[in-house]
Amino acid sequence: MSWTAAPTTLRRLKTRTAPKPLLTSSLSDMFLDVAWDAAGIGFLLSRLPDGPGPVLWVQDRVSRIETGVPYVPGMGDISVLRVAVNRPVDALWAMEEGLRCAGLRAVVGEVWGDPPVLSFTATKRLAMRAEASGVPCWLMRRAAIANLSAARDRWRVGALPSARFTLDPQAPGAPRWQAELFRSRHAQPGTWVATYDRAKDRVDLAAKLPDGAVDAGDVGSRGRATG
Amino acid sequence: MRAMSDRGAAPPDDIPIVLAVEGTHGPVVHGLNRAARLAGIEEGARVTDMRAFCPDLRVEYADVAGDTATLNRLMLWARRWCPWSVVDGPRGLILDTTGSDHLWGGEAAMLEDMEAQFSTLGLTAQLSVAPTWGAAWGLARFGPVRSISHDPARDLAALPVTALRLNSATLLLLNRLGLKAIGALAEIPRATLARRFARADFGANPLLRLDQALGRLAEPVSSREELPHFRVQSRLAEPIQDPTPYLPELCEELCAVMTKAGFGCRALRLVIYRTDGEVSHVQVATAQPSRDAAHLARLFEGKLERINPGFGFDLITLEAPQAEEIQVAQIRLDKKLDEEMALSRLIDRLSARLGSRAVTRPLAQESHMPERALGWRGALSDTAELVRPQIKERPLRLLETPEEVRVLYAVPEGPPAQFMWRKQTHKVARYAGPERIAPEWWRDRPGSRLRDYFKVEAACGKRLWLYREGLHEDGRGGDPRWFVHGFFG
Repeated sequence: MSWTAAPTTLRRLKTRTAPKPLLTSSLSDMFLDVAWDAAGIGFLLSRLPDGPGPVLWVQDRVSRIETGVPYVPGMGDISVLRVAVNRPVDALWAMEEGLRCAGLRAVVGEVWGDPPVLSFTATKRLAMRAEASGVPCWLMRRAAIANLSAARDRWRVGALPSARFTLDPQAPGAPRWQAELFRSRHAQPGTWVATYDRAKDRVDLAAKLPDGAVDAGDVGSRGRATG
Repeated sequence: MRAMSDRGAAPPDDIPIVLAVEGTHGPVVHGLNRAARLAGIEEGARVTDMRAFCPDLRVEYADVAGDTATLNRLMLWARRWCPWSVVDGPRGLILDTTGSDHLWGGEAAMLEDMEAQFSTLGLTAQLSVAPTWGAAWGLARFGPVRSISHDPARDLAALPVTALRLNSATLLLLNRLGLKAIGALAEIPRATLARRFARADFGANPLLRLDQALGRLAEPVSSREELPHFRVQSRLAEPIQDPTPYLPELCEELCAVMTKAGFGCRALRLVIYRTDGEVSHVQVATAQPSRDAAHLARLFEGKLERINPGFGFDLITLEAPQAEEIQVAQIRLDKKLDEEMALSRLIDRLSARLGSRAVTRPLAQESHMPERALGWRGALSDTAELVRPQIKERPLRLLETPEEVRVLYAVPEGPPAQFMWRKQTHKVARYAGPERIAPEWWRDRPGSRLRDYFKVEAACGKRLWLYREGLHEDGRGGDPRWFVHGFFG
C-alpha cells in the first residue's frame, strides 16, 4: 500500500508541504489504548489498498473473547478469510503463511498482550515477508507495551468524539480517530485526527492544532524517526 | 435381486426379529426376518402394535445410512458377474447380465454362484433372472426361489399385484377393485386402464408398471462409472521410524498416476503398516483438486510427528480417497489464475496445520438477528460469496456472547445515561436508535424477548452497540436488561 496509489490523502493544517509517500507494503503495528475499542479497526479498514482478494484475519483466543470477532456486514465490500487459533505462536505462523500468498489483499493479526514468541525476530520475519510479497501486514496489539519491534510504522489509535451529524444533533456522526504515528521508517511521526469518508474511500488526516513539535520538523527527512 | 443384511452376529432364524426406525409416532418396523414375517408382522407397522401379538419380538434399530453405503459398495462388488449394475431402491440390486451368463455356465449356475458368494459375506439374497427390470423385481420378491423367467407375461400372471412396484394407495385401490393377481390386471382392456390412470406417474400407474414388467416400455440400466482409485506404496527393506524421506517420492508417484488419468485429489491419506501389525494413518484435505507433488507433500508437515512408529514400519501407502477430475488451466498473462491457486493452497496449508474448523469464510444467512445473519463456514468446503453490507449500519466487531451491563442511571426513553460495563463507568453522550429486532418465532425459544438496538457514543468517544432485551410489562419476564453486543469504528 502506498499513499500515492490509494485514494487517501494526508493533510496538515498548518503547513502546506505535500507529504512524501509514507509507506510501502510492510509490517505496521497498532496499539490500542482500550482493548475493546474498534477505532483501530475502522482506521485500519480505511487504509486497506483496493484489491479483489480476501483479507486474512488471524485472531488468537483471548482477542476473540475480549474484543469479539470481525462482523463482515459492517465492513463494506471486504472479503474475509478468518483464522481462529488458540496460541499466539499459531497466529504468527498463520500470518507468515498468509504473507507468502500474493493473492491476499492484506494480512491482519491480533495478538493479545506481550507473549514471548512475539519477539523482535518474529516481527522482523513478518516485515521482511510482507516486503517480499507486497502484501501489507497489520499487527494489532492490545494490552501490550510498545517494546522493541521491526514494524516499519507504529501507530497508536484511539477513538475521538464523532463529527456532528447534521440531521440529528443527538446522534453520533461520521467517526473520528486520533492516530498517532509514534515511530516510522518513512515519515515524520506525528499525531493526526483522522476522518474517513466511506463514499469516496478517502482518509483525511488533520494535524491536531496544538502540536507544534510536529510542525517544527516537517521538512524532508531531517527529522526522521529512528525505527 | 434382493439383499437383506444382518449385521454383526446373525441371530438364529427361528427368533422373530425386526429392525426399527423412528417414525412420527414412535418406532416403526423397517425390516424383518422370516420368522417375524410368519408371525404376521408387516413392514411400516408400529413396533408397539406388533409387540402386542408377538410378545417375544426382538427389536434392533436399523442403521439406514450404513445400509445405503454397504449397498453402494455391494453394487460395485457385484460387477464380478457383469459389467453393469445399479442400486434398486433401498434394498435391491439390478445387474444387467445380458451376454455374461454363459461365462458362468448358464443362468442357473450363475444364480447359484451368486447365492454362494453372498452367503460368504453373511448375506441372504433372493435372486431371479428375467428379461426386464420389473419382472426381475417381482419374481425375486414374490416368485419361487432362484426363478428364471423367459416369458414374463406367463410367469408374473400368478403373482400378486404387489409385485408391480406400486405405492400403497394404488395397491389399496386395486385391492378394492378386486384385482389381486397380475394376470387379472393384464386381462383388463388397455383403454380402460389408460383412461382410469391417465395422469398417474409410475408409482401409481399399474398400466405403466405392467408395460415395464412385460418389456413393452423400455427401462434401461444406467450403470454408474466407478471412480478410479489412486494409491501408491513403498515397500521398505527393513523397518524404519520416520516416513518423511519417502514422502516426496510417494507424492510424485501418486501425482504422476493422477496426471495420467486427468484427476486431482481433494483428500490424501498416508497409511503406515507397523511390523507389529498396527496400522495408523494421517489424512489431509485440499480446497481445490490438486496434483502438485510439492504442495501435497508440504501439507503433511508437522503431522508426521503424531504417528507412533513403535518398532518401525515396513510398508507405507499413499492414497487419494477423494479424487476429482481437473481441467488443465492455462496460466493467464495477468497471473490471475496464479493468485487464485495460491489462495486455495494457503487455505490447504492453514487447514492442514490448524484444523479445518479454524479457517473459515463468512456466509450470509437469512436472518435479522445480528449473530445469525453471519455464519462462518469452513474454507475448505467451497468458495464463499461476498457478504453484502446491510442497509442499516452495523458494527465492525460483534461479541460472541453479548455481555450484560449494569444500568446506573436509567432514563425513560433511549439508552441509559450512565452504565457500568467491565468494571468501568461509561457516560452516554450521544446515541442513535432504537432499531427494533423482533425474535424469530420459528427459531427462538418461546418467551424470547425483542431487542432494541442503540448505537451509543460514550463521552470519551468510543462507540458501542447496546441493546435492551424486552420491554417493560411485555409479560415475558421482569425488567428489561441491557447488553453490549458490538463495537463501531
